[in-house]
Amino acid sequence: MSVEKCHCRKSSNPFWLRRILGFVGMTGFLLCLFTLPATAQGFAGLGASDDTYAPVRPGTDITFPKDHGAHPGHRIEWWYVTANLIDSDGAPLGVQWTLFRQAAAPQDTGEGWASQQYWMGHSALTTADTHHHAERLARGGIGQAGVTATPFAAWIDNTSFSSMETDFSPLRLSSSDGDFAYDLTLATDAPMVLQGEGGYSRKSDRGQASYYVSQPFFTVTGTITLSGKDRAVTGRAWMDREWSSQPLAPDQNGWDWFSLHLESGAKLMLFRLRSDTRSPYLAGNWITPDGTSEALAPDAITMEPLATAKVAGRTLPIKWRLAVTGRDLDVTVEALNRNSWNGTSFPYWEGPITVTGSEGGTGYLEMTGYPLNE
Amino acid sequence: MSRAFHALAALLSHWRRKPLQLVALLGGLTIATALWSGVQALNAQARDAYDRAAQTLGGDAVPSLALQGGARFDQQAFVDLRRAGWPVSPVLEGRLRVGDVWIRIIGIEPLTMPAEARMTGEANGSVDAGMFGGFMAPPWRAFAAPDTVKALHDEVGLPPLVANDDIAPGLLLMDIGAAQGVLAAPGQITRLLIDPDAAPPAIPLAKATTLPLVRSTTEAQGDLDRLTSSFHLNLTAFGLLAFLVGLFIVYSAIALAFEQRLPMLRTLRALGISARMLTGVLLAELLTLSLLGGIAGVIGGYLIAAALMPDVAASLGGLYGADVPGTLSLKPSWWVAGVAISMIGAMGAAGYSLLKAHWMPPLATASRHAWRAAQQGWLRAQAVLAIFLLIIAAFLMLFADGVVAGFAGLAALLLGAALLLPPALAVILSAGQGAARRPLAQWFWADAQQQLSGLSLALMALLLALGANIGVGTMVNGFRDTFTDWLDQRLVADIYYTASNDAEHAQIREWLATRDDVIAVLQGVQSEARIDGLPVSVSGYTDDVAYRESWPMVAIAEDAFDRVAQGDAVFASEQLATRLKLSVGDTVNVEGWIVQIVGIYPDYGNPKGQISGEIATILARFPGARRGGTGLRITDDRTETVINAMRERFDMGDNLIDQAALKSYSKGVFENTFAVTAALNVLTMGVAGFALFMSLLTLSEMRLPQLAPLWAAGVTRRSLAGLELLKTLAMALFTALLAIPLGLAVAWCLVAVVNVQAFGWRLPFHLFPGQWAALVGLALLTAGLAALWPIYSLRTMPPVRLVRVFTDER
Repeated sequence: MSVEKCHCRKSSNPFWLRRILGFVGMTGFLLCLFTLPATAQGFAGLGASDDTYAPVRPGTDITFPKDHGAHPGHRIEWWYVTANLIDSDGAPLGVQWTLFRQAAAPQDTGEGWASQQYWMGHSALTTADTHHHAERLARGGIGQAGVTATPFAAWIDNTSFSSMETDFSPLRLSSSDGDFAYDLTLATDAPMVLQGEGGYSRKSDRGQASYYVSQPFFTVTGTITLSGKDRAVTGRAWMDREWSSQPLAPDQNGWDWFSLHLESGAKLMLFRLRSDTRSPYLAGNWITPDGTSEALAPDAITMEPLATAKVAGRTLPIKWRLAVTGRDLDVTVEALNRNSWNGTSFPYWEGPITVTGSEGGTGYLEMTGYPLNE
Repeated sequence: MSRAFHALAALLSHWRRKPLQLVALLGGLTIATALWSGVQALNAQARDAYDRAAQTLGGDAVPSLALQGGARFDQQAFVDLRRAGWPVSPVLEGRLRVGDVWIRIIGIEPLTMPAEARMTGEANGSVDAGMFGGFMAPPWRAFAAPDTVKALHDEVGLPPLVANDDIAPGLLLMDIGAAQGVLAAPGQITRLLIDPDAAPPAIPLAKATTLPLVRSTTEAQGDLDRLTSSFHLNLTAFGLLAFLVGLFIVYSAIALAFEQRLPMLRTLRALGISARMLTGVLLAELLTLSLLGGIAGVIGGYLIAAALMPDVAASLGGLYGADVPGTLSLKPSWWVAGVAISMIGAMGAAGYSLLKAHWMPPLATASRHAWRAAQQGWLRAQAVLAIFLLIIAAFLMLFADGVVAGFAGLAALLLGAALLLPPALAVILSAGQGAARRPLAQWFWADAQQQLSGLSLALMALLLALGANIGVGTMVNGFRDTFTDWLDQRLVADIYYTASNDAEHAQIREWLATRDDVIAVLQGVQSEARIDGLPVSVSGYTDDVAYRESWPMVAIAEDAFDRVAQGDAVFASEQLATRLKLSVGDTVNVEGWIVQIVGIYPDYGNPKGQISGEIATILARFPGARRGGTGLRITDDRTETVINAMRERFDMGDNLIDQAALKSYSKGVFENTFAVTAALNVLTMGVAGFALFMSLLTLSEMRLPQLAPLWAAGVTRRSLAGLELLKTLAMALFTALLAIPLGLAVAWCLVAVVNVQAFGWRLPFHLFPGQWAALVGLALLTAGLAALWPIYSLRTMPPVRLVRVFTDER
């Protein structure tokens, strides 16, 4: 997918926002942050300076709490939280909170407004029949957005995800917009889980990769607010942390990404990077209830769309068959709300899913890069 | 169709035989259209600039938070408010002196900026994203109008400039980080825009920040349209006057051509051309001619506007602080409108003749002077109409309110006076005839009366031009005298300076304290407030003997300076007093501060109302007041020494100026302001001269039958020419003399009605007899020049032509 295609996309997000992004040449810029696999190389000016950003190499030690913080030497980074919750009536719902960081220049030394660190925050709340989302943009260097490692805090405007004390856990996740808000406490004793091979997550068979760690074992309590009404909620949350500099292969135009909380207590992460010219690149990790993480062989993974729906002018697979050989897993996952559409600067589908089949469970699905229907 | 074509060809052949009439017709149309469309171009250009200025940061549509008085504050307030959920975006505004002009700097934060605040064309998708690369990163980019880019392209210390048509002239739009660097205000902002589309924040302002930010929706720039409307009305009035004068020419040319072609029209009708077709053909001819005149006119209008634009821009900048580009860029609609107004004007001027041609019985007798037969009746009707108009004018000036009413009164006055001219001249001429004893003298007066109807339109144009000239000249000269006196008294300090920041300010004050040639330091502060909803500036001055001795006041109470010094009273500017109908002793409510007005001072050139109080009082009432300029009173002959010492000690540059330079700068602004008026005056006079010339020229041909008998009776061609010149000069003289009372009435209307309504200040009414004498001389010169060619051709006319008058069958 080229940048031009991105520009042409229609979305329901406020018109001005895209314009402002266009104004500063940021559309492609944020797109590449977002569509990690797709746009970076295609975007002139960024591809050229690849080598001067910090590289991603296998075998690199990832340590905490240091790596909870930002890695400004790398071009892109995110803190991604999804929560599968139920309210006191037993109704399922989902919450998303994401903070993206993008460096516009390698070895950025700018201070104050000259800082070349840019931040984007997405908040969303999904029930079976409603989906709310909000987007925030900020520049680094002045305190409007940022991440600190100890004590951990990640924020942009009035939304934040931060440790409540000096230890990483428990954390408070809060966001408030005109029509929805949430204020949740996330806690776990489990250590961070390394995805891919020891945190080195390949994105193609041509060397593109990122550092990828997760914390899929959070338990959640708290309150959500919808239409002015507070609802107590409980559930599970999953945090993804990823940072990279290397753009993925130019032919990769989107992805389908799953995180599953299985009834057995095991966790499963799967993704499929779609390509214009090649067969999709499949990857995933199986995380046992005790936190042991094992990368799955691509040929052990089955990801098969079963049904599609028209969402925001696109045809999206909202029901899938997922299977992992060797783990006795063969399940059907289906969107809780097929209209879980984030009409943000770069629009994408992100919403809670329910798991049935060989094992039950819940989870989150993210789908990017589906073209508008002709 | 071919019949119509032949009729048209026959009609057009008239112009080939009378090229002068064609010149008069086309020239009149061209001049009228040129002056009108030129003025329209000036207005349109300025309005466009205000619109762009008003739309800067969304104008009124985007509310904002700022400190009272507009002082800068720490950008941490932006972060605090964002983190409390407030949809705010920081803005840093300031002015920067580059060379001898001030440019406005606006620093924005594109990521948080509300949609309504956008200034560039990205909303239309017209902007190439690549062009904006680097906006948010050093070395930054600054967007500016193409003119501004041109003017600043060599300037160091600014970000690279990018031309953009949507940016108001005189403005640099850049990232807030760049603006903080350019304005030397690291970490500082002046405003926070609130996104009107965003959800209202849940946390109250007072909890989100400790700063006393207040919400404001009005941008001072948005008032420009209102403030400058009188200036534009002024221009429009001049344009209209010129247009009417031009139409006089067109009217007389068309009427003349029509009269001369009556026999031809009759013949055409007799040949079987229907009245409808004839009218259609005449109409087609007129449309063609007016199209040509209109096209020539808009080209002329463009040239006039292009020549005057720099002065207009300077005036608007000097008077109102409006940034208007000095070069023209016009929309296609302007050109079309110019041609259209020419055609409409020609139709209006020709309407009577066309109707007459349409209703003419085919066999009407050829009566060349039929249309003048009822001259006496016409004159009487005209006089009645004129007096009616003059009564309306008097009523409007004395009782009506508002600038438009003032100008309407002026228009009625001018038109009434013009219509009254022919009856008045007829009275004078018949009086002259009554007094004349010798036959030739009697003929002279009688012939002048007979000639009056042919010349009256041209003389009316001359009267209007002269009247407007005297009126405007009286106003401008009076204003100049007053303004110069006022400047002399108002500028009490010997040196004025502005420190660029607090640190420098403190250093300079410390240094000044050590010098014994500095008698007094007169510090000023500025703030803004509203009185009765009207935005006013609040100024604080240092109580000093210099002010007490020389501050010119329109009205003042006893012990006024003592009372202001004590802090329980203020002075108000004349503009404010006029607008709010305040007088000495009244109290005003300045945002809760109830304070008495103890003096009213003229504040020429300031479009905004103002109150002035003692500096400590103002600072206590308006904590956010900005430091204004500082004045220094210096012991005799030491001004230059102190200036040089200050320049050596501090990096003052243009921020330091002595009284003389400041005065000459202010006078320069003043002269600029009226340069356009003067230019339009000259052009109007030129139009009147042209009208007179054309009338005399056409008359000279028609009057041969009147002159031939005199020649035959033994009056030499030389004497005849002398008499003709005398007659023309006499008529011009009478007209000029009548123009003096008219001009004074116009001046009074401008000074006492229009100026008060438009600017809020009343000027003393000065008389300038020298100017009248000069204008009377100019009128005679114009008339003499206009008569020169017709009279020369009379003097040198071959006798055979005069003889032929008697032999021709008429």
